[in-house]
Amino acid sequence: MDVNIRSIDDITVVAIEGALDAATAPIAQQQLLPLATAGCRILLDLTGVPYMSSAGLRMLLSTYRQLSGKDGRIVLVGVAEEIQDTMSVTGFINFFTLRATPEEGIAALKG
Amino acid sequence: MERIDIHPTHTFQTYKLRMGRAFPFGATAVPGGVNFAVFSRFATACTLVLFRKGEREPMIEIPFRDEFRIGNVFTMIVFDLDFENTEYGFRMEGPFLPEQGQRFDPNCILLDPYAKAIAGRDIWGETPDWSDPYQHRARFVYDDFDWEDDRPLELPLEDLVIYEMHVRSFTRDPSSGVKHPGTYAAIRDKIPYLKSLGVNCVELLPIFEFDEFENSRPHPERDEMLYQYWGYSTVGFFAPKAGYAATSRFGMQVDEVKTLIKEFHKNGIEVFLDVVFNHTAEGNEYGPTISFRGIDNKTYYMLTPEGYYFNFSGCGNTLNCNNPVVRGMVLDCLRYWAAEYHIDGFRFDLAAVLGRDPFGAPMVNPPLLETLAFDPILAKCKLIAEAWDAGGLYQVGTFPAYGRWAEWNGKYRDDLRKFLKGEAGLAGAMAQRIQGSPDLYSGRGTGASINFITAHDGFTLADLVSYNEKHNYANGENNNDGANDNESWNCGWEGPTEDPAINALRRRQMKNAMAMLMVSQGVPMLLMGDEVGRTQQGNNNTYCQDNELNWFDWKLVDTNADFLRFVQQCTAFRKAHPVLRKADHLRNQDYAGTGYADISWHGTRAWNADWSSQSRVLAFMLDGAHVHGDIPRDDYIYVAMNMHWDMHGFELPQLPGGRQWYISANTSMPSPEDFWEPGNEPRLENQREFLVGPRSVVILVGR
Repeated sequence: MDVNIRSIDDITVVAIEGALDAATAPIAQQQLLPLATAGCRILLDLTGVPYMSSAGLRMLLSTYRQLSGKDGRIVLVGVAEEIQDTMSVTGFINFFTLRATPEEGIAALKG
Repeated sequence: MERIDIHPTHTFQTYKLRMGRAFPFGATAVPGGVNFAVFSRFATACTLVLFRKGEREPMIEIPFRDEFRIGNVFTMIVFDLDFENTEYGFRMEGPFLPEQGQRFDPNCILLDPYAKAIAGRDIWGETPDWSDPYQHRARFVYDDFDWEDDRPLELPLEDLVIYEMHVRSFTRDPSSGVKHPGTYAAIRDKIPYLKSLGVNCVELLPIFEFDEFENSRPHPERDEMLYQYWGYSTVGFFAPKAGYAATSRFGMQVDEVKTLIKEFHKNGIEVFLDVVFNHTAEGNEYGPTISFRGIDNKTYYMLTPEGYYFNFSGCGNTLNCNNPVVRGMVLDCLRYWAAEYHIDGFRFDLAAVLGRDPFGAPMVNPPLLETLAFDPILAKCKLIAEAWDAGGLYQVGTFPAYGRWAEWNGKYRDDLRKFLKGEAGLAGAMAQRIQGSPDLYSGRGTGASINFITAHDGFTLADLVSYNEKHNYANGENNNDGANDNESWNCGWEGPTEDPAINALRRRQMKNAMAMLMVSQGVPMLLMGDEVGRTQQGNNNTYCQDNELNWFDWKLVDTNADFLRFVQQCTAFRKAHPVLRKADHLRNQDYAGTGYADISWHGTRAWNADWSSQSRVLAFMLDGAHVHGDIPRDDYIYVAMNMHWDMHGFELPQLPGGRQWYISANTSMPSPEDFWEPGNEPRLENQREFLVGPRSVVILVGR
C-alpha cells in the first residue's frame, strides 16, 4: 500500500494504491492525519484500491470526523463499485461525497 | 500519558500476554491487544485457541495461566492480534460425569457465549465443512458505529402497529427486485413499503446467530433442503445472524444491522427482536457441543437429578435462566442489544420458561423477569412475553409483569377467530378483546395486550379463511407437527378454488379480521404478507421451509392491491383516531360530561347488545371526547360486527348536538368503497339504521 500526496491549487490530492485493511489502514491514517488542518480540502483518490476491509472504512470515517471538526472537506473519487456497495450497505457512504473522476472531485471541492 | 497496561508482562512462545480483566466477559479490544474473559464454575483449566480466519488448524493454543484466573473467570490479554483476521475459541478441562451434570471434553473447541460475531455460516445455505472441529467461530467486532443522533424512538406502546417479519423471507423471492435478496440490507430498500402500510414497528424473527443446518434434511417432495429456517435455536446470543447479511464475507454484519436500525429510526419505525432464551441449539445429550455444554453444562442448563436435560422448550434442552450466572448473561445480552444496537423492544419466545426455577417449578417472583423489568438500561425498552411454554405453563393474563411486561394475547387470537368464523356466544368475550382485554390485564393498561390474529406460528390470514385443517406434509413429519386447534374456516372448500362466491367470502372475512383488529384497544400486530394475502398453502408450521411457503411474493402487492389498500386504510384510520389507542382501559362510564360513556354497547337495537349464547353480532360506540387531556376531542366511532350469515339491520345510537353519522368502512362493499378516505366519508342517508351485510363489519364516524 502506497500513499502519494500532491497539491492542485489549494486542494490536497491523496492517491492510495493497494488494499486498505487492518494492516495498512493505520499506516494510511498516519499520513492522512497531518493533512487535516483547518479548512483543508482533500481529494482522496481510491482508484488504486481494489479492496477495503472494515478497518479501511473505519479509517475513512475517522479521517472524515477529524476533518469536519476543523471545517475541512473531503471528496472520494474512483471508489470501486463493490466497495461502494459495501459502503452503502454498512452506512459509511452517507458521510461522504463521492465522484467518479478526480476532475469531478476537484470541481466538487471548488464548488 | 501512556498507560501501564499497554505493556506485556508474560510471553507464550512468540505471543505477548498480560493478566486480563474479569469484566466484561467475552473478547474486548484494549490498547495494544484483546482482553479475553470467560466464566466456568467447574472447569479445572482453560486454553485460548486462536485461528487465522477460516483456517482449520489453530495458529496457537495459549493456556490461561493460573494466576490470570479471578474467581471462576479465566482472563488474559493477548497483544498484537490481527483484529480482523483472527478467530478464537476455548478448550475447557474438567470432569466428564453426565450423571452429575458434568460434560467437559477438552477435545472440543468451544464458542465464547459472549461472541459478538460468529463465522462458519457466513453465506446462507452454503454446506459447511463438517470435518472442521470448530463449526461456529468467534470473531472480534468494532463497537465504534457512528449513530450520529439516533437513539431508540420510545414511541408509546399503544400507538404501535407491529409488523412481524422474517429477515430472509421478506426479500428472498426474486419478485422483491432488490440488489441483495434475503438480507438486512434489502429490508432498507423496502422501508417505503412498510411506511405506506402504516406500520411503525417491525418485529424481526430471531436474528441471533443460529445454524440453518441444525437438523437439516432433504425436502420430502422436492430437490431442496429443509432447514432450521426460522431460527428459533440460538447458537450465540450476542451475534447477529451472519447469513442474513450482504456483507458477511467482509465480516461487516454488525455495521449492516446497525445501519438498518438507524434507517428504520429515521423513518419513525421501531425495531423489536424476537429473542429465544428458553433453549439453545445444543439440543439434548445427543446434540452437538458448541458452547454452553462444554463450558459449564451444569450452570447453563436445567438438568434432572440424573443429569438429563429438562425439555420445557420442546427443543431438547432448557436454558437455566434463573441461575444467577445465566440470568446475568441474559441481562448482559439484552443490555448489549439495547445500548449497542438501539433496539426498541424485545419479544421473548416461550417466556413462561423464564419464570421457572432451576428445577422447572414456576416461581411467584422470578428474579430474571424482575431484573429485566427494573433494569436501568432496558428502562424504555418494550418487553413482550409469549406467556406460555412447551411444558404446559400458560400465563396469558397472569405473567409476572411488574408494570412493565406486555404479552402476546393468545386469547385475543382465539376469541377473534371463533367470532370471525361465526361461532355463537362470543359477544361477551369479544367485548373484552375489543377493550384491550381488561378481564386479563386489569390495572396494566391496554399496552399489556399485543393483539394479533395471525403470527409466524399457525396459518396466515389468507390460509385462516381457506383451510379447516393444517397441511404440513412438506415438513416431512407426516402432518404431525404444527397446531391442530386453529379455529379456522375454509368458507366452503378446502384450499384454492375458482368459485367466485367462496373467494369473495374469503376476501370479506380477511377484511373483517383486519378491521376488528385495528379498532381494538391494545397493540395490533400484523404478520408479514397478510396485508397482501400471502399463503403458505395450508401449512401452519413452516419453520423449515426456505421457499415460496415463507417468501414474500411481491407480485401480490399488485394482484391483491385492493386488499392492501384496505389494510392501509385500516392503519390510517387507527392513526387518525386516538380514541382507538387509549393507554388506560375504557371505563364504560361518562367522565367527559357528554352524556355518553367512553364506550357503549349495542346490537341490532341501539343500547341493547345481545350477550346471549346465540349471539353472533356485536356493535360498540366510542365517544371521542374521552381522550387524553391535551388531545382535541376525537369523533364518535361506531363499529358493527355481524358475524352471522344473514344480513341484519343495526339501529344506530343517536348522536348529540346535531352530529351526523358518516360511513368509513363496510366490508360488504367492493374496493374502493370498502374504506373511504378520511374526510371523504359519505354522510348516511338513513341516520337511524344501517343494514349490515352477512359476515360483515361496518365502521361509522360521527361528527
